[in-house]
Amino acid sequence: MALIVFRGGFRTNHLLLRRTFLFSARRDSSLLCTIQQHHQRSRYNVRAESLQATESKTSSKSIQMATKELVEKKTRGYEAIIGIETHVQLSTITKAFCSCPYTYGSQPNTTICPICMGLPGTLPVLNSKVVEFAVRLGLALNCELSVASKFDRKQYFYPDLPKGYQISQFDIPIARKGYVDVDLPVEFGGGHRRFGITRVHMEEDAGKLLHSESESYSQVDLNRAGVPLLEIVSEPDMRSGIEAAEYAAELQRLVRYLGVSNGNMQEGSLRCDVNVSVRPIGQLEFGTKVEIKNMNSFSAMNRAIDYEISRQIQLHNKGQVDQIVQETRLWDEGTQKTFTMRKKEGLADYRYFPEPDLPEVVLTKDFIDQIRQSLPELPEEKRRRYENLGLSMQDVLFLANDSSVADFFDATLENGADVKLAANWIMGDIAAYMKNEKLSINELKLTPQELSELIASIKNGTISGKIGKEILTELISKGGTVKQLIEEKDLVQIVDPAAIEALVDKVIAANPKQLQQYRAGKTKLQGFFAGQVMKESKGKANPVLLNKILAEKLNCPS
Amino acid sequence: MPFPIQNPRLLLTPRHLPFPPNPISLPPKPFLRPLSSAPSPSPQTLDAIPSSSPPPPPSSSSSILSIRESLLSRRTKAAELAAEYLDRLRRAEPRVRSFLHVSDAAMREAEDVDRRVERGEEVGPLAGVLVGVKDNICTADMPSTGGSRILEGYRPAFDATAVRRLREAGAIVIGKTNLDEFGMGSTTERSGFQVTTNPWDSSRVPGGSSGGSAAAVSSRQCVASLGSDTGGSVRQPASFCGVVGLKPTYGRVSRFGLMAYASSLDVIGCFGSSVVDAAIILSAIAGHDRLDATSSKHEVPDYASLLVSLDFLDSKPLKGLKIGVIQETLGDGVDGGVISSVRSAASHLEQLGALVTEVSLPSFSLGLPAYYILASSEASSNLSRYDGVRYGKQAAAEELSFLYGDSRANGLGHEVKMRILMGTYALSAGYYDAYYKRAQQVRTLVKKNFNEALNEHDILITPGAPSAAYKIGEKTEDPLAMYAGDIMTVNVNLAGLPALVVPCGFVEGGAAGLPVGLQLIGSPFSEEKLLRVGHIFEQTLQDFRFVPPFLTES
Ligand SMILES: [Zn+2]
Repeated sequence: MALIVFRGGFRTNHLLLRRTFLFSARRDSSLLCTIQQHHQRSRYNVRAESLQATESKTSSKSIQMATKELVEKKTRGYEAIIGIETHVQLSTITKAFCSCPYTYGSQPNTTICPICMGLPGTLPVLNSKVVEFAVRLGLALNCELSVASKFDRKQYFYPDLPKGYQISQFDIPIARKGYVDVDLPVEFGGGHRRFGITRVHMEEDAGKLLHSESESYSQVDLNRAGVPLLEIVSEPDMRSGIEAAEYAAELQRLVRYLGVSNGNMQEGSLRCDVNVSVRPIGQLEFGTKVEIKNMNSFSAMNRAIDYEISRQIQLHNKGQVDQIVQETRLWDEGTQKTFTMRKKEGLADYRYFPEPDLPEVVLTKDFIDQIRQSLPELPEEKRRRYENLGLSMQDVLFLANDSSVADFFDATLENGADVKLAANWIMGDIAAYMKNEKLSINELKLTPQELSELIASIKNGTISGKIGKEILTELISKGGTVKQLIEEKDLVQIVDPAAIEALVDKVIAANPKQLQQYRAGKTKLQGFFAGQVMKESKGKANPVLLNKILAEKLNCPS
Repeated sequence: MPFPIQNPRLLLTPRHLPFPPNPISLPPKPFLRPLSSAPSPSPQTLDAIPSSSPPPPPSSSSSILSIRESLLSRRTKAAELAAEYLDRLRRAEPRVRSFLHVSDAAMREAEDVDRRVERGEEVGPLAGVLVGVKDNICTADMPSTGGSRILEGYRPAFDATAVRRLREAGAIVIGKTNLDEFGMGSTTERSGFQVTTNPWDSSRVPGGSSGGSAAAVSSRQCVASLGSDTGGSVRQPASFCGVVGLKPTYGRVSRFGLMAYASSLDVIGCFGSSVVDAAIILSAIAGHDRLDATSSKHEVPDYASLLVSLDFLDSKPLKGLKIGVIQETLGDGVDGGVISSVRSAASHLEQLGALVTEVSLPSFSLGLPAYYILASSEASSNLSRYDGVRYGKQAAAEELSFLYGDSRANGLGHEVKMRILMGTYALSAGYYDAYYKRAQQVRTLVKKNFNEALNEHDILITPGAPSAAYKIGEKTEDPLAMYAGDIMTVNVNLAGLPALVVPCGFVEGGAAGLPVGLQLIGSPFSEEKLLRVGHIFEQTLQDFRFVPPFLTES
């Protein structure tokens, strides 16, 4: 991105754009691309970028703790100050100021129109969904809302910016002065934190430059131009990579809970620019801040920031503070290092001024109240509720991480399931299945009702835990009801002591040698007998009863 | 506020529509022209006009109505009319040079109109009317350059909303008219392509920036035309060319498809050779547009139907109308001939019954610098898109910064660059408060002053320009002198008000004198009132005929 040679390259692109433009013009006489109904709300998989829950929680725990200690050791005497600017791409059906749809991964320049191409004479008209989504997020972030905000133009030249300015909000953002609560992952030491939100504002995205691999030209793809974004600016409240990553993960959770974005980092629907500075503990003024970009997962954020912190501390320790300069650095996943992208020479002057093409955005009390009432239970509330149910923090974080998982869990409880058992099943076999099959919980054939039925059936002894596991696999992949499966496969647990006694007798009679050995003192053989009885019962014998009866029979020769 | 024209009963009748609901089954009704035997008809007598009454003489005041009347009565064919206008256009063009592009579809479209008339199909109110469109207004089938070399050959893929509405009403776009590049200028000398001359004296400017549209109507190259008015770009050339020019309230007409100069000031307006024509065009193009968030949802009346023919009115038709003459516009720096023309127009209005008093607008002189700061600031941003990357002329360059720099340096003209620089400066960090913000404060003050004056008066009047048309080249070396010529008009844009310029007299100059325009300013969305007063004024101004001499010579 830093070095592009445009050797007449835009000429090609010029043509490319023109061609598609004419095509789109012909396709629709009103020249606005037709609104295609498409379902933006793609699945929010548990396997997504969450650091907390799925990332090999047990195996790497010790390593992570070790890393944490290492970081603590290295940062001794210094404090890192971290602030984050996050861009969230909104999953509205159409773009912010025209009727074009946006689908990630579409062919270049296929979801564009004269308006988002910035053709002469075109004007922006605000998509009211953008305001609604901004208010939703503003409320969820505990912000003050601006009853009257406005749009401004941020002006700079770049080929992916068709109008030569970006429609954004400058001095009156739609929301400000909020905060977000997070719980740090247990494996990183845990703890509750509150991070301040400076502001949330609405703006439009720019297009993308596609750099030719071999040739010295670049092409412009304007599909993304005009897609609505919310920029969320945090207070410089974070102190470590994990805090920053967890802040970002919480934003992802929030936008997904609220249904305003798919929050997908790989697709660029959630982009974090992180500002990191370091100062000796006790010093009041901030150190020189460095911006880091290009982190496309939370764990990359965590590592990039911790790397950057130690890089800056090392420079402090070596007496080379002057080498920490205002710059933008990119995270390189390969080398696990940040490197300089560009040095900032003075402040860019974007010559903001009020956007004259758009009326101010006025929020009525009714509108805000309506949205407030429609807010779902947010992750933080959910976590506190789960905590109060008596779940461990590990369980709480896992279940509240994904709203569809949480909804599934809640629905299971509503059907009367035991809290801890429901959590175990979801976090155990069900999560494993989802992970293996790359499915979201809503794609499973299993319903919360059947899960609670299953749990109840085990609890009341109708089936054994072992049979339960088997049935679950069946329910997840093929569906059906617990009752029906139990009946079909004749899986009802044998709880009749007489029936079990008969089985025990049969097994004892068939193994006289072992019985003799047992009675001679080799009591370990009880396991053998139990296994045989269970096998004889096709796994259906109630294990408690079985062991009780078996012990009686073995020890009291009749 | 009720309109103070006497004889209000005439205004109440719904039968004033100039366009009968079913034009074919019903012979066209005369435009409010009563039967000569009924000197003061009541609404009942109007209703009672028999449908078999003989066709009225073609309206002398409205070309559009007379075209409609002669098409529907089958006295003329649209194709004949188009041929006549195209012929006049071609003959006048070497002298006036008002067109940048002439439609090659006009004849075909006219023939279509004829076929529809023959088949007895309903045709729109502007059927067969040949309209010129300023070249900064997008047309799908013709180039639209904004008068700039950077857009040479650029063809938009869509019609501006105003153009679309004209076409839907049946109008034929005859061509694209010349202008100062992107509307930046007051003479049309700043066009990237050619200099348009004043039809009254070809050594003089037609005004600008809509000089091509004004000159085209003045020299009858088209029936009516669209212009755009950011600081007076419709009204000042209307003044210079002796035609009617209407600048609607900000938001009255959609800006979609108008190449933005200063978005908070830009309005599409129109030119006609009569007030009725301007009113008919406005009715066609006005109204909310979902593609322009700043367009107003205010209801659009049928402006022309509300205009009253003189024959219906008594000798004091403006009785009770309070007119304020803005003091500051008749003082230093304003041509003596212009002042006396406007003063006699004022007394003429007084004779028609209006109460004319002088009113002071203390902020008037502040408007000009504030206007140039705001307009340049917005322009510096609006013109950023002309970077050669996606459309328009692209310089061949090795590096991106040169591609931008060279495309803009070669493509944009001097005046445009100057305004971009001024605007960029005014918006720069450290200067914003002193310039842009300050100018916005002046704008608020100007609005307030106008509000106060319009609370006291129904209409405010000023000259349309401080002088009549001046010589080509006279002010090219002195931009400030040219900017000063906008003093009469810019305040109206700052306040977003509607204003109408009607020819009101002549000053010496050229072969037959040079026209002078009278500007009527009203409250937001009071176009109706301005048009009614303008229409009465125009009809009672008996001694003047605003047809350029070269037209009658040939
Ligand atoms: Zn679009």
